[in-house]
Amino acid sequence: MKTRDLVHVALFAAIVAALGLMPPLLLPFIPVPITAQTLGVMLSGSTLGARKAGLALLLFHLLVAAGLPLLAGGKGGLAVYPGPTGGFFVGWLPAAFLIGWLTERAWLRLSGPLAFTINVLGGIGVIYAVGIPWLAVSAGLPLTKAALGSLAFVPGDCVKAAVAASVAVTLKRAWPLIQAPRPAAATSPPSSST
Amino acid sequence: MSLGLYLHRDSPVHAVPAGAKMLALLVAGTGLLFFHSLPIVSAALVATLGLYVLARLRLREVAPVLRLSAFVLGPLLVLHVPLSGWGPALEAMLRLAVLLLLATLVSLTTRASDMLESLERGLRPLARFGLNPTLLGLLLSLTLRFIPLLATWSREIQEAQRVRGLERDPFAVLVPLLVKTLRTADTLADAIDARCFDPEEPS
Repeated sequence: MKTRDLVHVALFAAIVAALGLMPPLLLPFIPVPITAQTLGVMLSGSTLGARKAGLALLLFHLLVAAGLPLLAGGKGGLAVYPGPTGGFFVGWLPAAFLIGWLTERAWLRLSGPLAFTINVLGGIGVIYAVGIPWLAVSAGLPLTKAALGSLAFVPGDCVKAAVAASVAVTLKRAWPLIQAPRPAAATSPPSSST
Repeated sequence: MSLGLYLHRDSPVHAVPAGAKMLALLVAGTGLLFFHSLPIVSAALVATLGLYVLARLRLREVAPVLRLSAFVLGPLLVLHVPLSGWGPALEAMLRLAVLLLLATLVSLTTRASDMLESLERGLRPLARFGLNPTLLGLLLSLTLRFIPLLATWSREIQEAQRVRGLERDPFAVLVPLLVKTLRTADTLADAIDARCFDPEEPS
């Protein structure tokens, strides 16, 4: 990894944290207050690609586990993990990775709808897939009830996925970072000539 | 800007090394999931509260930290009672309360820097995947440095977009924020390279 990639990892971990400090983005038509942090997860994935986004979220997890109150509402510390919403938080890491991976694959034909689909798959699919069973075990609820309770957040998350998708498409033009995987690049080591 | 939950005391709980405390929490948390009886969970709760006394934490200091957990437990209990009755509901809530109290105790009695250090040590086996401790140190300090800065930038951008009536448009705030961040990343990377920091070799 080059220095620039490392700096990207650190700064996007900081972006996820900073979005948690920000007052929630106010959207007029959704009743559930929307914290911007999962937006940061989606943006990391679709801006940095799988590897760097995964590392950025890992770094963020380290900071939270060490007791820094970086989650929305000033939560932090190890208490986050056994808590009922811990799974949603843990799900951020695979979510960012999957969004990054899919974005890399789709890079050359990335459009708004495609980016939206990718962000829904990772930002809602993966996060809920980890979060709902976690909630069920942690709170001792049946799985279906846990899933139903989480449904309230789906509309807000869809809005976030839409925002992340349009930002990703704009950034692709303004500051492209991801390179489309070359056919042979999957097996050969990265070339040293840049 | 002070980050962290740590409260300093001279107590046996504070003296336990960070790694041991985190490991104990992991074991206790996993172990507790196997017991489904009210007496055992209640005993665990009493033991946990005993640890708080042992750590010489005063209720007044701990209350603001725990209030967040109470906001989660209350609604869950309300949701739980009609589903499974008082007994199981109470037991599940007590177990969750014990876990949250224990985890909060670890965060309150251990410095963030100590915890990061022991995590760093715990992650050392990952070195073969290209993660070396010096690098991790650089990344952690970069992140910590940039959190307040990024928060300031996003406020500045919101101020600027207010002129256009767009301060509530997430798109109009996020794109400039990300471009600014990425541009800074390039400058920062150049600055680090210019000082000959070699990520491949531990200095």
